[in-house]
Amino acid sequence: MNLLEIHGVSKRFGGLQALNRVSLQVAEGEILGLIGPNGAGKTTLFNVINGVYRPEEGRVIFRSQDITGRPPYEIARLGIARAYQIVRPLNELTVLENVMVGACFGRESRSLREAREIALAVLEQVGLIGKRDVEAARLNVAEKKRLELARALAARPYLLLLDEVLAGLNPTEVALMLEVIRSIRASGITILMIEHLMHAIMNISDRIVVLDYGEVIAEGTPQEIAHHPKVVEAYLGDPRLSQRLLEGNGG
Amino acid sequence: MDFRVLLASLIDGLMLGFVYGLAAMGLTLIWGVMRVINLAHGPIIALGMFGVYLLFIHGGVNPYLGLLIVAFLGLLFGILIYALAVHRVLTAPHLSTLLATFSVNMMIIGVGTALFTTTPRNIDISLGRLVFGPVVLLGTRLVAVLAAVFITAALYLFLYRTTLGKMVRAVASNRAAAELMGIPSSRVLALSFGLGTMLAAAAGGLIATFFPFTILSGGTYELKSFVICVLGGLGNPTGALVGGLILGALEGLIPTFMPVSYVPVIEFLLFVLLLLLRPQGLFGER
Amino acid sequence: MWRSGSWWLTLALLLGAGLSPVITGSATLREDMFLILMLITLASSLNILLGYTGYVNFGHIVFFGLGGYIGFYLMHRHGWSLWPATVAAGLATAALAFALGMIILRLRGAYFALATIGINEAVRAFVANFEPFGGATGMSLNFAVYQAYGGAARALWLAYGALLALALITVGISFAVKHSKFGLGLMAIREDEDAALVLGVRGPQVKTLAYALSALFPGMVGVLFFFKNGNIEPGDAFRLHLSIETLVMVMLGGQGTVWGPILGAALYERLRGYLLTSPLFKNLHLAFAGALLLMIILFVPAGFIGWLRARFPVVRRVVV
Repeated sequence: MNLLEIHGVSKRFGGLQALNRVSLQVAEGEILGLIGPNGAGKTTLFNVINGVYRPEEGRVIFRSQDITGRPPYEIARLGIARAYQIVRPLNELTVLENVMVGACFGRESRSLREAREIALAVLEQVGLIGKRDVEAARLNVAEKKRLELARALAARPYLLLLDEVLAGLNPTEVALMLEVIRSIRASGITILMIEHLMHAIMNISDRIVVLDYGEVIAEGTPQEIAHHPKVVEAYLGDPRLSQRLLEGNGG
Repeated sequence: MDFRVLLASLIDGLMLGFVYGLAAMGLTLIWGVMRVINLAHGPIIALGMFGVYLLFIHGGVNPYLGLLIVAFLGLLFGILIYALAVHRVLTAPHLSTLLATFSVNMMIIGVGTALFTTTPRNIDISLGRLVFGPVVLLGTRLVAVLAAVFITAALYLFLYRTTLGKMVRAVASNRAAAELMGIPSSRVLALSFGLGTMLAAAAGGLIATFFPFTILSGGTYELKSFVICVLGGLGNPTGALVGGLILGALEGLIPTFMPVSYVPVIEFLLFVLLLLLRPQGLFGER
Repeated sequence: MWRSGSWWLTLALLLGAGLSPVITGSATLREDMFLILMLITLASSLNILLGYTGYVNFGHIVFFGLGGYIGFYLMHRHGWSLWPATVAAGLATAALAFALGMIILRLRGAYFALATIGINEAVRAFVANFEPFGGATGMSLNFAVYQAYGGAARALWLAYGALLALALITVGISFAVKHSKFGLGLMAIREDEDAALVLGVRGPQVKTLAYALSALFPGMVGVLFFFKNGNIEPGDAFRLHLSIETLVMVMLGGQGTVWGPILGAALYERLRGYLLTSPLFKNLHLAFAGALLLMIILFVPAGFIGWLRARFPVVRRVVV
């Protein structure tokens, strides 16, 4: 069953066609990777999904409900959470309070006391429990990324949108984060993720969709994508490189 | 409605509008370059009034010559305000710059009230008048219009024809990029703030040649400048001049239809409505 | 809240200070405390929007003025008693803020701040033309009105008692909001409004509610103040300067904290009183207050309480 269906979504900014009749489906329980060169429209698509932008045409269907053009806070409460590419911690609130915001206003709309329990559990899961009373502004980049993830998780979403959560992390931190993402999926949350780190996304995704100039140019398993001529041309540039990435990480 | 009265009021309002526009240009320039709303704008207009007045009364300096001196002092004063109050909080939340410039407002009003009290002053000069049927053009206002046009032209020449002016525009459009190009942004910002206060002081000096004033008079013109800036689009100097003319025309025309005390009601309603419906100004693009 | 030691401490301190004129029976002390309690109420209610939500409101005083006018109108023209007039005026200003908030809270940052100035000035200009409210000259209460409260002297004590109760309620609400889910939503908006929306905070509704709540108390204080004053006119009711002085108080004490506006209001009022009575500073008090404000913004932007909390994390549980 499809959790999320996007039908022919288009979004323009002035003369720029950021998304052109994009359609894709995310099945319940899968990890779908969204890749494409810079400016391909990936983040714009996220913004359309969670209501930050209203598309000029097309429909976004979430759990059989048309959510096109609804405000972001309603969409969040229906069960879509998001972690940003550029982290946006609520700086002057503590780590715990940040995560409580997610639980309080997310899908389950918890009371303050319940939100505190949930937040503590999630902080344990992402390994930030020791920093719970620290102001969010004082965390380092890797910690902020995990906070971003924790806040999204505390909302108990059906669908999690991850926008380059691996960018800027060192290899150890990447490995740690991938573990966390797998454990999230194992807990039953569907994931749609944008990632530039090729070996990681090839490794973790069940399926991959490739965007280029606002259009879907390919869709398939990581293996299929790595050999897809259009993708190689548009994105990977060097066919040997894509081959190596794929083999090096066991597909 | 007598068409002749209407025309006379309209022309009178438009002439004032040039000076309002000049004052508003100072506010809009500072916003355009550094996204700061200068809440000391009004008191600086009042200082401009007092500058011209004091030079005239105590130094016997012709008000229009005095205006040049006041404009220069206004420039220096603005640079000083920038260095003392604005620079440190430029990257802080906007409440900080609003309150920082407001603290300057309080200091000027406080010292000004202590020095000058709030007894109204006026500069007693007459440059005669031109009469065209029902329309009477006072000499002082005609000269003020010419001065406002001249200063605007000079500002544009500066911004578009000189290296320094181009630096100001570069910093306004993208401070980070301008810094990468080697433009000393702090100095350019200080200069821009000075230019903004210079325009305000000059406008004050012109107003002093036709209306009585106190140290508190600037407040009215500050509020008018807000309305004008929003009419013309915050950050757009040409818009400010056009906005000034529109406001001047409104002030000329409204009293012919209803009591003059309704002018501020209409002005501020217009202001709030414009902020809501066209925050980019009447002529700006989204 | 009822189990929080910090709340009981706040309550005890305020109540102690508030009751001191009643115990000593000193009318001078009562007048001083009236002003301080009024400023505490104004600053604490402003803090709900400014400190918790992060929206700079230069027009907070518009609710004080309008509330004063509405209450005065009900007492003066319709013979209402002080109590229902106060409640009605508060509800009316809150309702008005609710309607207004739905429109102007779409604006952010400096645009919102400018709009609040515009609204204050528009309302002031309108009231000056509005004949039922007495136009530019305003309204005056007949001295005989105070007879209904057992004479003028007793009426002043009653107004003081009402203000004390109102100040306690305002601070109580401020405390409750700060420690509630609603308050957490407001603070999320303050930190990053777009991120808060994506996290599910119902921005428009929450902000409008905060705006209405912050307008309720100044509306009621306005009635008490102008009842005590005996007359009301546009210049007194909509003084933009008082609005900004209230902002200074919140900044001085520490925005976004419960104690900040209380401490800021008391300190500012004491300081202003001193400057006004000192022969040296009498004429310069405004300049001095301006210089003080600048020092706070440049060097202690978190205010006194904010600085205390950052410097001594130990006190955080008590100093809220």
